Amino acid sequence: MSVEVMNRYDATVRLRARLGDEDAVIGGIGNTNFDLWAAGPRNLNFYMLGSMGLAVPIALGVALAQPGRRVIALEGDGSILMQLGCLSTLAKMAPGNLGTIIMDNGCYQITGSQPTGTAFGTDVEAVANACGLAHTATVATEAALDAALDRFWQIEAPWVIVVKIDSEPPRGTTERDPLRIRMRFMDALTLA
Amino acid sequence: MEVLEKVEEAVNALSWAEIMRDSLKRNGVKLVVYVPDRVLTPLIEAIEADSYFQAFSTAREEEAVGIVCGAWMAGMKGVVLMQTSGLATLPNVLASLPCTYQIPVLMIISERGTLGEFNRGQALVCKTMRPILDSMGMEGHTLTSIRELDFIVDRTIKQVFGTLDSAALIISPLLSSGKF
Repeated sequence: MSVEVMNRYDATVRLRARLGDEDAVIGGIGNTNFDLWAAGPRNLNFYMLGSMGLAVPIALGVALAQPGRRVIALEGDGSILMQLGCLSTLAKMAPGNLGTIIMDNGCYQITGSQPTGTAFGTDVEAVANACGLAHTATVATEAALDAALDRFWQIEAPWVIVVKIDSEPPRGTTERDPLRIRMRFMDALTLA
Repeated sequence: MEVLEKVEEAVNALSWAEIMRDSLKRNGVKLVVYVPDRVLTPLIEAIEADSYFQAFSTAREEEAVGIVCGAWMAGMKGVVLMQTSGLATLPNVLASLPCTYQIPVLMIISERGTLGEFNRGQALVCKTMRPILDSMGMEGHTLTSIRELDFIVDRTIKQVFGTLDSAALIISPLLSSGKF
């Protein structure tokens, strides 16, 4: 593994800058979510407060219901390891409007930095490939992230980017009012 | 009287699976996400034979709940089909997604583990089903006869999407003839 890694907040800011006004994001729980909030709240971001591992399935539901809208699932390595089967479902359904970004720091940072399987060699990109997802990348620099996003942003197939990140703490904390989060998200899905 | 008898005859001509499929369709439930089970097979086949529905399986029931929650927020009504053992994997997800955000999840559960179960593992899991639903304030209606089937299914679907409170329709062996 490369010793060079990105910072989660910086990577999230780069993602946010690329989002169009109509693109939806499902933010998985934990520090991934906190930095998604810190990078600038958006009505079209759905911030999960539990149901660890379900960012990709929730995003798949949105993507199937609104095939004309780009949907991004944002997860952490611990979360995706909890629900690897969803990558098989994603490959099977093959929505052309769903991208997945996995922030991989090799640990459950929010609970005390206990190492995850990715610290011992589990390769999430390889898992995605083995599930049948062909459009994948693992990136550790801003240039590589930008190049991967350039490559995948317009394709009509599901894609997965694993972003190797450092262990810096998140820059904020997500607001935790579930009804506000859900209603803002739904209003934005209806209007935009 | 004659009219009623005719209605009854027509209803009796349809299988439980066809009645449930028709009720889902009538209520605009298009997305059907399932983890398969032998009892559910006629319902899955009836649904997959009708192009109105978008139906597919997931690896786990948790995924299916996430998918129908996302779809509902984006304007598409769905249902999750699973076996009793599937519900037993769901309390965390049900409490922290549909209950927390008030997102309606309609569930159809084939009841395995009672009325002639041969597998002790299934029988013990079955005992968790109603306490799980009760603990989250979710209604669970046990479907036992063709006669009441459309009424219960139709009303439950309307209530789930009207109140945004999730609920389960439980297919008893009494309805499905108990072929595990």
